[in-house]
Amino acid sequence: MLSFVVRRCATGLLMLVALSLLIFILLRLAPGDPIDAYINPSVPMSVSDLETLRDRLGLDQPLPLQYFGWLHAALSGDFGYSIQRSGVRVLPLVMERIGPTALLMGMGLAIAIVVGVAAGIYSAVRRNAWPDIAMSVLSFIGISSPAFLTALLGLYFFSVLLRWAPSGGMQTAGAPFSVTDVLAHLILPACLLSIGHAALIMRYMRASLLEVLNQDYVRTARAKGVPEFWVVIKHATRNALLPVITLIGSTVGIAIGGAIFLESVFNWPGMGLLLVNAVGTRDYPVIMGATLVIGACVILVNILTDLAYAFVDPRIRVA
Amino acid sequence: MMAVAAIDPPAARSTKGPLRRALDRFIENRAARAGLFIVIPVLVAVMTYHWWWPYAPNAIDLKAMNKGPSATHWLGSDGVGRDVFARLLQGGRISLLVAVSSVAISIVIGFLVGAIASFGGRVVDATAMRLVDLAMTLPPVIFLLVLASIAGTGIAPTILVISLLSWPILSRMVRARLLELRERDFVVAARGMGAGLSHLLFRHGLPNCIDILVVYATLQIANAILLEAGLSFLGLGIAPPEASWGNMLNLARSTVVLEQYPWQWMFPGAALVFTVLAINFIGDGLRDAFDPRSDLN
Repeated sequence: MLSFVVRRCATGLLMLVALSLLIFILLRLAPGDPIDAYINPSVPMSVSDLETLRDRLGLDQPLPLQYFGWLHAALSGDFGYSIQRSGVRVLPLVMERIGPTALLMGMGLAIAIVVGVAAGIYSAVRRNAWPDIAMSVLSFIGISSPAFLTALLGLYFFSVLLRWAPSGGMQTAGAPFSVTDVLAHLILPACLLSIGHAALIMRYMRASLLEVLNQDYVRTARAKGVPEFWVVIKHATRNALLPVITLIGSTVGIAIGGAIFLESVFNWPGMGLLLVNAVGTRDYPVIMGATLVIGACVILVNILTDLAYAFVDPRIRVA
Repeated sequence: MMAVAAIDPPAARSTKGPLRRALDRFIENRAARAGLFIVIPVLVAVMTYHWWWPYAPNAIDLKAMNKGPSATHWLGSDGVGRDVFARLLQGGRISLLVAVSSVAISIVIGFLVGAIASFGGRVVDATAMRLVDLAMTLPPVIFLLVLASIAGTGIAPTILVISLLSWPILSRMVRARLLELRERDFVVAARGMGAGLSHLLFRHGLPNCIDILVVYATLQIANAILLEAGLSFLGLGIAPPEASWGNMLNLARSTVVLEQYPWQWMFPGAALVFTVLAINFIGDGLRDAFDPRSDLN
């Protein structure tokens, strides 16, 4: 198990370094002068000053050297300055956005897992009854509608027409911080974020459980006289959950994509909103920092998924 | 649509058998027929609207600002009095143009990378596939944003960004198919007779990948429409005044439009979802049609 963990972490680290290289190259290809990232736009500078700075920062050096210089700084937490917000460092800017995004995504995924697994079990047990068919149709719609459209429709129906939830932000402006206030702001975007994932999880759960319910050991359990409820919940669902765990791990990446749209519709102060604004204003240091942090999170989640899978399914560890 | 056009010519050639049967299976698929039933009218309307619809997508009419649907403006008008139906059709034209062109480019890249990986030896293969792994680490939307920040807004940059994003999955499928094909007797024979790489790829590789390419193209068109809409929705894809379904939805980010003029964003949203659903039905139908085993069920 230990060697598996070490091996998995090593590949993850390599991926992260390769990712940073890729993004570094991409952003250096971008139009504009990279030195913009290092100067304070509100202070005018002469051409000779710029040259000295360029020299000091190593921007006249060949690209590989520049990359290692950047990597060295980045490893000590220095991602440079934001171009748009003068004098603001990138790292704290990115770090303060992780919390809100994690909150939104965590809540969204939690809802998706609970609803998806429960609906999947129900659908599989009552196969081809009308609730199963209705849920299949709903899940098909859920999977096919893009996040920005569900976000707009949700905002329109639940905030504008029904006035059940506030229409944006994370807290009521001017009000003192309170958990219930944040929850009230959180619940609508989190539910909307969960739609697509709940639909996906439900379909996997249903298919996987149907397969397991046909296996011999389930028949044995029934023959032993185990009540049907426990056959489904204890004997079948446990094994049926395996492929669903992998699915959940791989949807985290997709959920980040969805979160970007929900954050920009609901004005949720997270990574997605930061990244979208940075792209809109071509704030390359922020784009670079935010992308790397997101990439690191995705890689970490993938590792955790693999480990969770290895933990519940011993065959993986041996292979 | 493109997919059907792509099947027809080979079906008329000597390899008629399997492809004709695939076509028959496709026609018998009810969901796929429903998809065609939606997509074909949409395509026709989007391509011909300038001959039969009286309003131009960018014609401003200050006397008809923010009017709801009526007999003259079927889907209402927007904040500067432009006809929403005309913009919807023009938006569809742009969205489909972006989707089809980006898929065409990504098919070329994806096929070539997959082909070179499978025929180019172990080192080339490993390098190409690690690159593909890397491109698939980040969530697609994030990559899309990074590329969009470099390319800027407009039709050509958007096509470029989407096509650069979508080839990795295809190159994997092509590689897997060609690796298997490489060991087959007729390919080994062609090699033994001194066939060059381009002969192997285009005489033997390409015809044997046609099912993968057609199915990928169809499903990817739906995906590309969504990516374009997402980018434009965030204000990073097709820039106004040019219309696209995504940037029409972008209008709804203003609270006033969202609350008071829902026809300005609900219709493009509905057009987007229906078109994407229909294309996905067609793609699924094609996938089943190309799978000879589906006859057994």
